[in-house]
Amino acid sequence: MKIKSQKDFFAGLMFLVIGLAFAIGATDYNVGTGARMGPGYFPLILGVLMAILGTAIAAKGLIVETADGDKIGKWAWKQVFFILAANFAFGILLVGVPAFGIPQFGLIVAIYALVFIASLGGYTFNAKEVLVLATVLAVGSYVAFVWALNLQFPVWPSFITG
Amino acid sequence: MELLDNLALGFGVAFTFQNLIYCFIGCLLGTLIGILPGIGPVATIAMLLPATYALPPVAALIMLAGIYYGAQYGGSTTAILVNLPGESSSVVTVIDGYQMARKGRAGPALAAAGIGSFFAGCVGTIILAAFAPPLTEVAFKFGPAEYFSLMTLGLIGAVVLASGSLLKAIAMIVLGLLFGMIGTDVNSGVARYSFDIPELTDGIDFVVIAMGVFGYGEIIANLSKPEDEREVFTAKVTGLMPTGEDFKRMFPAMLRGTALGSALGILPGGGAMLSAFAAYTIEKKTKLKPGEVPFGQGNIRGVTAPESANNAGSQTSFIPLLTLGIPPNAVMALMVGAMTIHNIQPGPQVMTSNPELFWGLIASMWLGNLMLIILNLPLIGVWIKLLTVPYRWLFPAIVLFCAIGVYGTKNSEFDVWMVGIFGFVGYVFHKLGTEPAPLLLGFILGPMMEENLRRALLLSRGDWSVFVTRPISASFLALAVLLLIIVLLPAVKNRREEAFVED
Repeated sequence: MKIKSQKDFFAGLMFLVIGLAFAIGATDYNVGTGARMGPGYFPLILGVLMAILGTAIAAKGLIVETADGDKIGKWAWKQVFFILAANFAFGILLVGVPAFGIPQFGLIVAIYALVFIASLGGYTFNAKEVLVLATVLAVGSYVAFVWALNLQFPVWPSFITG
Repeated sequence: MELLDNLALGFGVAFTFQNLIYCFIGCLLGTLIGILPGIGPVATIAMLLPATYALPPVAALIMLAGIYYGAQYGGSTTAILVNLPGESSSVVTVIDGYQMARKGRAGPALAAAGIGSFFAGCVGTIILAAFAPPLTEVAFKFGPAEYFSLMTLGLIGAVVLASGSLLKAIAMIVLGLLFGMIGTDVNSGVARYSFDIPELTDGIDFVVIAMGVFGYGEIIANLSKPEDEREVFTAKVTGLMPTGEDFKRMFPAMLRGTALGSALGILPGGGAMLSAFAAYTIEKKTKLKPGEVPFGQGNIRGVTAPESANNAGSQTSFIPLLTLGIPPNAVMALMVGAMTIHNIQPGPQVMTSNPELFWGLIASMWLGNLMLIILNLPLIGVWIKLLTVPYRWLFPAIVLFCAIGVYGTKNSEFDVWMVGIFGFVGYVFHKLGTEPAPLLLGFILGPMMEENLRRALLLSRGDWSVFVTRPISASFLALAVLLLIIVLLPAVKNRREEAFVED
């Protein structure tokens, strides 16, 4: 059978799988009865409902004709990687991961890392420009979040401030 | 006059020096971020939310309302000057606004949008102030069955009025509801879907979902498109004020847009986009005066009407939130989250238990609109400069604000890992053509719906018919079914799809 709308078919599949997962997960908890709903009751209903919706969407993707096949298209793995890596690097450097022996580097180092890694996911990469941008953002964030709003961040590496 | 007393109380709160400053900062920041292409109000509010954590609740909500208006106004500016709708509701503003800019009339177009929004904002505020107390009275009579049915109606309304595939939107709501189930069940104390991760027993923070899906997901999607050639009309903005002739044409359009927007804004689903669309369609149907520019080629009415409708709608969409505690759209869902952070449970009790907050917020809405017009008309030159900031500087900054914001919410690094995951999820949604806004709405409403369902069925001893035997509840459900039937009617269905294709 030919898939007529890739987007619909795979979206439906996604909903179906997640719905089933939630529904099966719900049976681990006490489902109870309508009058005495257990913690599994509502999630079970929702999970089943979503699985049904998912099936319907996937079926629509198989049956209903679309002009261009509604292709999902190429995945932008490079952009996904760099944006998410920037985020994770920020978290890791900000507070450190003691389990892996990574010390806490604090906000400023984390900002430089985030801006550099994120920029690698852009169209062009100019190290000098990125350095300026990172510096501006580091100073700005320090002033706005730490100094003005008084949010509690580790600012400097723990091995310097102790 | 109770209304005047209430408003006086509100203005007393809003007119303190501190709150005026926060309202001003909110409008300024909201415009600043909202004007950046590709960032809608939801992402703007999510990003700026941490800035309000340290404030007292009243000031925080006033600032957030300011951010919301600022973001919307910023979105219209981008639409007019760059031909890029920053949000779905300014899609129609683009059509005539950009044409006006091309003809060197960007100034009057921006002013028309500003004046239309201000007028609509004033009317919307009065409607809000007048309708909130009686609606609150009604809300106190609601039992759990009514609330459950009302939320169902709200969710159905939200997808019916939203764009895109109906089935997918409903599935996204259910997914949001399911995400809302993650965490400790309040009744039994069982940690659901937490996979023995201690942080997950508190549930997922809505900021994490909002920033992951709307922030990171959008950035990845934007970056994967080929670099766009943006044409910005920077030099040509001269002569800000519309001519007398313009004013004459604008005024009726403004009235029509405001009336339409106010009515549609109250409906669940918010309908900011629908009201803008409907307002534009109505203008197009009216006869052109001799010498008037046709629609689609830079007619000032084509800017004024949708902008007025849009702003009136965003004002009145506070009504369901403040009186019933039910957010009608994704932006209001964020407001619920913000209120909970400040320990305010939105709902009918806010008005009685916290009148300063309630009326102060309403008064500050009007002030926010006033500030926007004072702030924006003279500062248009500055905003235009912002539009020329290239995306390669912008997106690392947005990633940074999201990361800082997420960490700052609870000082939890776990949330930073979660936002990364949701960023990827958001990109998957984008690739599969599923709209993420209903997800956020479902996520916020999930725990409330479960609680009301549980209570309703407990009271009826497990009898589901309680939802159709209680008249108010039954009419809500009937309305929801009716809405579904209407959109599924072939004639409406085609028109709906047609209407949303234009972006």
